[in-house]
Amino acid sequence: MTSKTNETSQTNWEPKIIAFLCNWCSYAGADLAGVSRFQYPPNIRIVRVPCSGRVSENMILSALKSGADGILVSGCHPGDCHYISGNYFARRRFALLGNLLDFIGIEPGRVNFSWVSAAEGEQFAEVVRTVTEKVKELGPATRLVKKIEAMQAA
Amino acid sequence: MPKGSVLVVGGGISGVQAALDLANSGFLVHLVERTTAIGGKMSQLDKTFPTNDCSACILSPKLVECGRHLNINLLTLSDLVSLEGEPGNFKAVVRQRPRYVDPTKCIACGLCAEKCPKKVTNDFNMGIGKRKAAYLSYPQAVPLKYALDPAHCIWINKPGRCGVCAKECPAGAINFDDTARDHVLEVGSVVLAPGFSRFNPTPLDFTGYGRLPNVVTTMEFERFLSPSGPCMGHLERPSDGKEPKKIAWLQCVGSRDINRAGHPYCSSICCMFALKQAVIAKEHSHGDFEPSIFYMDMRTHGKGFENYYTRAREEGVHFHRARVHSIIPSPDNQGNLKIRYVNEQGKVNFEEFDMVVLSTGLEPYRHTIELASMLGLELDADNFVRTDSFNPVATSRPGIYVCGAASEPKDIPQSVVEASAAAAEASRILAPVRWTETSKKVYPAEQNIYAQAPRIGVFVCHCGINIASVVDVAAVSAYAGTLPDVVFSQANLFTCSQDTINQMISIIKEQDLNRVVVASCSPRTHEPLFQETLRDAGLNKFLFEMANIRDQDSWVHQREPEKATTKAKDLVRMAVARVRGEGALPYNTVAVTKAALVIGGGVSGMTSALAFAEQGYPVTLIEQSDMLGGNGRKVFRNWKGVEFLPFINDLTARVASHPHITVKYNTEIKEASGSVGKFSTTFSDGRTFEHGVTVMAVGGEPYKPEGQWRFLHGVNPNVHTLLELDKKFIDDDPTLKNIKQAVFIHCVGSRIAERPYCSRVCCTHAIDSAVKLKEMNPDMDVFMLYRDVRTYGQRERIYQEARAKGVVFIRYDLERLPQVSEKEGRLIIKCHDPIIDAHVVIQPDMLVLATAIQPRRQSSTSLAKFFKCAIDSQGFLMEAHMKLRPVDFATEGVFLAGLCHYPKSMEESIAQAKAAAARASIILAHDAVPAESVTAVVTAAKCTGCGLCTEVCAYNAVSLDDNGISVVNTSMCKGCGACVAGCRSDAVTLKNIGNEQIMATVDAAFE
Repeated sequence: MTSKTNETSQTNWEPKIIAFLCNWCSYAGADLAGVSRFQYPPNIRIVRVPCSGRVSENMILSALKSGADGILVSGCHPGDCHYISGNYFARRRFALLGNLLDFIGIEPGRVNFSWVSAAEGEQFAEVVRTVTEKVKELGPATRLVKKIEAMQAA
Repeated sequence: MPKGSVLVVGGGISGVQAALDLANSGFLVHLVERTTAIGGKMSQLDKTFPTNDCSACILSPKLVECGRHLNINLLTLSDLVSLEGEPGNFKAVVRQRPRYVDPTKCIACGLCAEKCPKKVTNDFNMGIGKRKAAYLSYPQAVPLKYALDPAHCIWINKPGRCGVCAKECPAGAINFDDTARDHVLEVGSVVLAPGFSRFNPTPLDFTGYGRLPNVVTTMEFERFLSPSGPCMGHLERPSDGKEPKKIAWLQCVGSRDINRAGHPYCSSICCMFALKQAVIAKEHSHGDFEPSIFYMDMRTHGKGFENYYTRAREEGVHFHRARVHSIIPSPDNQGNLKIRYVNEQGKVNFEEFDMVVLSTGLEPYRHTIELASMLGLELDADNFVRTDSFNPVATSRPGIYVCGAASEPKDIPQSVVEASAAAAEASRILAPVRWTETSKKVYPAEQNIYAQAPRIGVFVCHCGINIASVVDVAAVSAYAGTLPDVVFSQANLFTCSQDTINQMISIIKEQDLNRVVVASCSPRTHEPLFQETLRDAGLNKFLFEMANIRDQDSWVHQREPEKATTKAKDLVRMAVARVRGEGALPYNTVAVTKAALVIGGGVSGMTSALAFAEQGYPVTLIEQSDMLGGNGRKVFRNWKGVEFLPFINDLTARVASHPHITVKYNTEIKEASGSVGKFSTTFSDGRTFEHGVTVMAVGGEPYKPEGQWRFLHGVNPNVHTLLELDKKFIDDDPTLKNIKQAVFIHCVGSRIAERPYCSRVCCTHAIDSAVKLKEMNPDMDVFMLYRDVRTYGQRERIYQEARAKGVVFIRYDLERLPQVSEKEGRLIIKCHDPIIDAHVVIQPDMLVLATAIQPRRQSSTSLAKFFKCAIDSQGFLMEAHMKLRPVDFATEGVFLAGLCHYPKSMEESIAQAKAAAARASIILAHDAVPAESVTAVVTAAKCTGCGLCTEVCAYNAVSLDDNGISVVNTSMCKGCGACVAGCRSDAVTLKNIGNEQIMATVDAAFE
């Protein structure tokens, strides 16, 4: 891992992180970060979903396959779900997925989960900073990427 | 029978809000605006505090809605000239001055203005720069129609001399023979929202205003900051166009000034206005920038304001507590200005600045005073329209209501609250004639796009400079044009302005677009507007996506323009990929249960309940104690000297006896389900109530002094809180007269790290209590230990009265808190007086603590969960938008009022409670409201009947049919997608948010 980090830091590599945000809390929190002008690294690409419970394991694996270096799934705080219980299902789903990811060699820190409310603009910015930092440390995700050789050549 | 229509006078944000609320709840509205376009003062602002939202961006959707509303008759260049009749049946005459441009023909191409030879001072830009005699007041104007200025047009003044515009106009819209017309309107109620004027500082010679070019007013400075202003948003000073590096703001110019300005009141908004300008100017400037604010008291008493003040200090805004003596030109005559001021210790200082901004106060328009006299309305001592303490939007003439800054200086959220409250009052007696004068919107037939290949149009927004100052908008637009299936792409200055919206409709038709992407701000605020545009163009509104390149890009990557541009391109590509897979969806509806639930039996809750009941809707009001009245029962009187108890007893009696109101005492909520139009709530007694709307008015509670803020409260019997003192006033305690010395400590528990907000009412409350003590015993010595005196608006009068009565004010700060001790039961208070720079020891008979107001965290939190509402870090309930949706929650059908939102006075709570009822009545006035269209669907062939979807669905919307195959009950589905993510066989999908679509969106991030 360390050798990879050194390698990538020399080529100015910037990770791409896919963030699945629920419409009601985390997406609104991300908007609030904007309204408050809290600055964070430009590596995330936000995908708006109705609820963190809408995000399936399949979507995460598929994002990694497409070339995402990191994933963030963020929903409402426990008890605050706009759809009553979707974030609980999400939490359970990712606890289980964690084991699978571990098994197939996806490092901890690539796939992240957080709670951010509509009122937590600074928290959102902080989550993005932390996740970006973590993924940068890990270097590019190569494990599931289909066109791995093409990527290395580039 | 009363008339089912309402006259609204004034097209600023207050008038627009009142008009929209009334029109959306079943009344025909005649909106009368004096100038050529609606928008008022808010349209001239660059940004708004405390969110720093771009003013045009949040205002524009409302103006556009107003301009396009079928039941709003917009009369520009018009004045109300007479009004006869009585509530329910008024006859109004509105005189419309000639525009000289036929609005039905004008296509707003701008050729008339371009060719017009006559240059005129630009009044929209506060006299900075020029416009033509043929003009549009501002680019996003509604209606988007040019006008000729009769004072300056050459032809109008000397017929036959010019006429270039008529020759050039391709639409033949110029009509030099246009004349004034009188409209006779029969209306049921009248709402006045005439707004405010700004104090003209020219007579204050010490400021140099009018003589020194680099002395400007805040409103002028706002135009300098605005991207659509005279400098296109580049900070330049008037004298030489140099970018100013050091700017001073002078507060209270024309406010709190009996001496020269004759305005004893505080203008309420200027502190935040100056703070905002200092922060924004710092954002605009390149490199070093030093803003300074000269002030008397920093009045940041609104929600989110104190944090803004703290942030401004942290970002390097300098604060000088001083009144400025004079501004003189710097000796080198290069345009710089020297400010002479006396600091708190009485020492004379000089400091040089590049530019000075005067925070000029608010005052009533001269023509508003004339209007009031024509209508026979009472004015107060400051010439504002007089209102009632317990009906803050009612004027002295029945059937005529007032909102906004015409009745007292106030900020935008409070004006919007009052606008909705005025709508509630205006519609109260008209409820039986709802929908009698309105017409219904008919959309063009939707084209069937099912078999069509995608033809996507992309509109990229500059958002003034909000996006364009960071992201290369032209490059993003050009790039969008190269994406597959994109047949059209365009960049716009403001995509949400009416001209762009109209243009979008014709582009959709001309280009035969069947899907649209707008790359601009957040779908949470602007999606409805653009979706409506699609419907107007004959497209299903769900064939639409937004790329959020402002809130989630340009605003958060301000220092990385290149990366932000790359990100914007990625986001557009992702949105295009997502919209490609979208299909037309049905417009589902849900029948409205015409009943309201009001939670909390304080003044706010009771006021809301009555407002519903008087319109004929059944209301259940629940109260957790065994008594109605809440905190209001504990407060003695308001600053105007009006006692609360008689009012509260009367209100309680009216609520308890109203046939449409069911009061449930000692009741809490056990369970709540459903959504807008159809809620079902179970109470602690096991009963269930079905209702279409919910109002939360759960109140607040006083902070109990503790730690360093305890000041021997509960230890020494002579230490009281304000409410404990009020109890003595209410009980007419005779011992109060014997007190020789009293001390008040302000801000006990407010404006500190644990509670970083101002409790808004305590300064006024404490000072009024001091005045009351002085009334009882004029010889009593009363000392106020304060941090900033925040007697905002006309409350300043009570501060003046207190000082006139000899109440002594001593400032303290957090570094030097007053020290309270006792010796043999006698209180000893030590504090530091900054003016004489000495320690002061007082041994009073009584110490009164002005304690903070805090939310009832527990009830707020549990209710917020039941009704899915957001709550802020302090535990106050969080409205949908701080500026323009102050009584709505983001969750539809749920509204809020009173102290659970933020500390406020009783009249402000009453206004908010009425506003909440008005907003909720929009829903109750309809038989059905739109329901979720994005719902789950099952592909029966793939379903294995495992039943997992039925288990994860929180709404019981999914079940297994007789064959053991899953089916979705569309009317109950909320579109969360839990079943989709949970399905093992990929048999369930969510319409327009299917797995393939999301994965295509994700894939697109990496192309």
